[in-house]
Amino acid sequence: MIENLDYATLQHLWWLLCSVVGALFLFLTFVQGGQSLLWQVAKTQTEKDLVINSLGRKWELTFTTLVLFGGALFASFPKFYSTSFGGAYWVWMLILFSFIVQAVSYEFRRKPWNVLGSLVYEGFLLINGTVGILLIGAAVGTFYTGANFQLDGNNFVTWTHPYRGLEAALSPSVSSIFNIALGLFLVFNARTLGAMYLVNNIDLNEAADMGTRLRAACWQNFLISLPFLLLILGSILFMRGYGIVDDAGTVEIISFKFLRNLVANPWLILLLAGGLALVIAGVWKTARTSETGGIWYGGLGTVLVGLTVLLLPAYNLTAFYPSKADPQSSLTIYNASSSPYTLKVMTYVALGIPFVLAYIAYVWWAMGRSKITIEDTGDRTAY
Amino acid sequence: MIESLDLGMVNWARGQFALTAMYHWIFVPLTLGLSWILAFYHTIYVRTGNEEWKRLTKFWMKLFGINFAIGVATGLILEFEFGTNWANYSWMVGDIFGAPLAIEGIFAFFLEATFFAVMFFGWNRVSKGFHLFATWMVAVGSSLSAVWILVANAWMQYPVGQAFNPETARFEMQNFLEVAFSPYAVNKFTHATSSSMLVGALFVLSISSWYLLRGRHVLMAKRSIVVAATLGIFASVFTIFNGDESAYEIAQVQPMKLAAFEGLWEGEQNAGLVAFGIVNPEKKVYDTRDPFLGFNLHIPRLLGLMANRSLDSYVPGMRDLVYGNPEQDLLGAVQKMDRGKKAVASLEAFKEARKAGDQAAADTHLASFNQYKEFLGYGYLQRPEEAVPPVALSFYAFHIMVGLGTLFPLIFLAYLYFAKKGTLADRKWLLGFGTITYFLALIASQAGWVVAEVGRQPWTIQGLLPVTVARTNLTTATVQTTFYMFLALFTLLLIAEISIMVKQISIGPEEN
Repeated sequence: MIENLDYATLQHLWWLLCSVVGALFLFLTFVQGGQSLLWQVAKTQTEKDLVINSLGRKWELTFTTLVLFGGALFASFPKFYSTSFGGAYWVWMLILFSFIVQAVSYEFRRKPWNVLGSLVYEGFLLINGTVGILLIGAAVGTFYTGANFQLDGNNFVTWTHPYRGLEAALSPSVSSIFNIALGLFLVFNARTLGAMYLVNNIDLNEAADMGTRLRAACWQNFLISLPFLLLILGSILFMRGYGIVDDAGTVEIISFKFLRNLVANPWLILLLAGGLALVIAGVWKTARTSETGGIWYGGLGTVLVGLTVLLLPAYNLTAFYPSKADPQSSLTIYNASSSPYTLKVMTYVALGIPFVLAYIAYVWWAMGRSKITIEDTGDRTAY
Repeated sequence: MIESLDLGMVNWARGQFALTAMYHWIFVPLTLGLSWILAFYHTIYVRTGNEEWKRLTKFWMKLFGINFAIGVATGLILEFEFGTNWANYSWMVGDIFGAPLAIEGIFAFFLEATFFAVMFFGWNRVSKGFHLFATWMVAVGSSLSAVWILVANAWMQYPVGQAFNPETARFEMQNFLEVAFSPYAVNKFTHATSSSMLVGALFVLSISSWYLLRGRHVLMAKRSIVVAATLGIFASVFTIFNGDESAYEIAQVQPMKLAAFEGLWEGEQNAGLVAFGIVNPEKKVYDTRDPFLGFNLHIPRLLGLMANRSLDSYVPGMRDLVYGNPEQDLLGAVQKMDRGKKAVASLEAFKEARKAGDQAAADTHLASFNQYKEFLGYGYLQRPEEAVPPVALSFYAFHIMVGLGTLFPLIFLAYLYFAKKGTLADRKWLLGFGTITYFLALIASQAGWVVAEVGRQPWTIQGLLPVTVARTNLTTATVQTTFYMFLALFTLLLIAEISIMVKQISIGPEEN
């Protein structure tokens, strides 16, 4: 069956698969959200240790999903990989730095002789949870607002802005407002999810005060994230975008491009609405009831919203990485993808993904049957 | 393509990749080797139910965890550095090179990440059987990860299963199985994995020796040593054999690399293998200076045997590979550059004709391109002498690796011999030497990568894509800045890691 898929179908399929990985990553940023909540919700050393040990059992999953997002884009859309990573150099470098310091922090934070002291490692976690996610959001924002690059005859990239990617957030322009709003939405959404996850994963009978603070934080961060979300959704309805206008692949600016995309693919509206409803349900369950399962609603909701955010700027003959400097250099799923042969090989490989998801889910369940307790934080192997 | 070339930038980008890769490789071989040793220890615990073995397993597991975290931190950047610093490379070969990286993510990293948490925190949360299974899965995951990243690296050394597509101006995959099961990849994997087991075994041996010298945790140290040294013997013998196989592969597909790490300037029938020598740093491929300074020792005929598996064979030297040798029917870089320039010109003419809509001219240029395309990469070299990699660095790295590699099995044998006699704790000289063997193993392991990567210069993809083309269009200052950022951050993290390790080792295993 895979043998018979045509090139365009494979390109759509692979953008979908990359988007699923990206959307799962956004769900898993509850780890980053929890990190940035640490000092706010945990007032005692015990509470801090509970939070860190709870997040510490999941951080690698988030991290690995980010790595896979990069790897999947490399394999299926190498032109995006070369153009964006090589071009928007500084934004990616800073994101990577924030994840490098995260990776050691859980393990090193409480170990004796850790040179920097636990506050510094907690600071690393805060940087990762705020700056890291903000910049990822700003980078994704450029899928809508465009970036500053030119490709030559060999498809080699030249970046036309001296900030090399950081202009997505730092240049005084309407685009920056949109990109930053997306980044801030992701930061506060991550915090909302983080609170939901911690309520679910920690035995709060032992830390009732923190439970109250977590449930309050869930509500608070959701409310803060709302205006950013509304700004993004409102802009999307009115924004112009870059679309393919003929068979030769010519790219032009099209007014109301994303609204047109929504009309052309109404299922995206359903995806978005369903996602938002689920997030609200998750927030309600966590903040307004004493239930602990809010994360499942919030998580699935985030996956659906994330999918919409990533599919909307790519499907329906849209340039998913538009170039403001030279529209004809813009990347579309048609001109940026791997060869049909490679996409087919990778599709066979992707058949293994359900199996991977299955064992992750099983382990999550098996390890989460009993909640994280204070006793768990006292073990010498604990974080 | 290379008019605006800034060689300084390329060298800083190479330096940055070398820096990040070498930091990463301080931790990876240990993870790779120790994960299997942990699996053995954990199995012994589950089978015997002996709490002492549980203590022992938990102790080594803790050291593993500290090392694993920083391995992950230093590894992240490597995957993305292909894009950030080698963007042209990522576009030109992404169609082939991206696949193993994505597969590594899907099948290896998730296995490690998922079961790592079970291995560490599952002692009272999951069944004993499932917990042991998790420990094995971490080992399988780390080796699977090695499989795919080494498939990717092997492809850079020996680019099989691909073809250049002039329409898209990039290399595209033709046969995935050829890429995945390339003999070069199989060798790289077995060599890197078995040598990493050696590193893991020597890590255990070093720390245990220190305990024995201090008379602390004596029983645990002895038990640890017996399992590690047994595994170490097998790993060393295996490493020597697949190392020999690697050298043969290199001779067949990268003769220049072999000539460089053996310091062989002139081709020879029945060439000898250098056992000892000091490379003449002044020597150039076009002069007649002596290759070595002062005393040097060759083992007769061994190089020919190693390179070609036959005694009377001819091993080409660097001079033959640069200027050609008609007697041996060898093309040199000079001749290859000539053809490569034709390939580059035809490719440009093809694109022009395409743009102008002149199909007939496009077809002619394409035919001419196809005639010379296997030499495309040489078309981007400026001088034939550029085809020679840094000789002294390759030479010393290779000889240090081989020298240390031959020493390790003897150390394991000595440990096992005295352990069996029951007098190990009294052999202070052996234990004293044993404590530093882990560092020797790291040096050998790093040297191996120097041989592999420096020996491939000036190519990113052997014969097809020189580093000067593979780069990203960045200023030297930008790359310098990130170079120093990584240097500072990784050094800081390394210091913290060593300090934590030293403290944990001095605390020792948990008391009952």
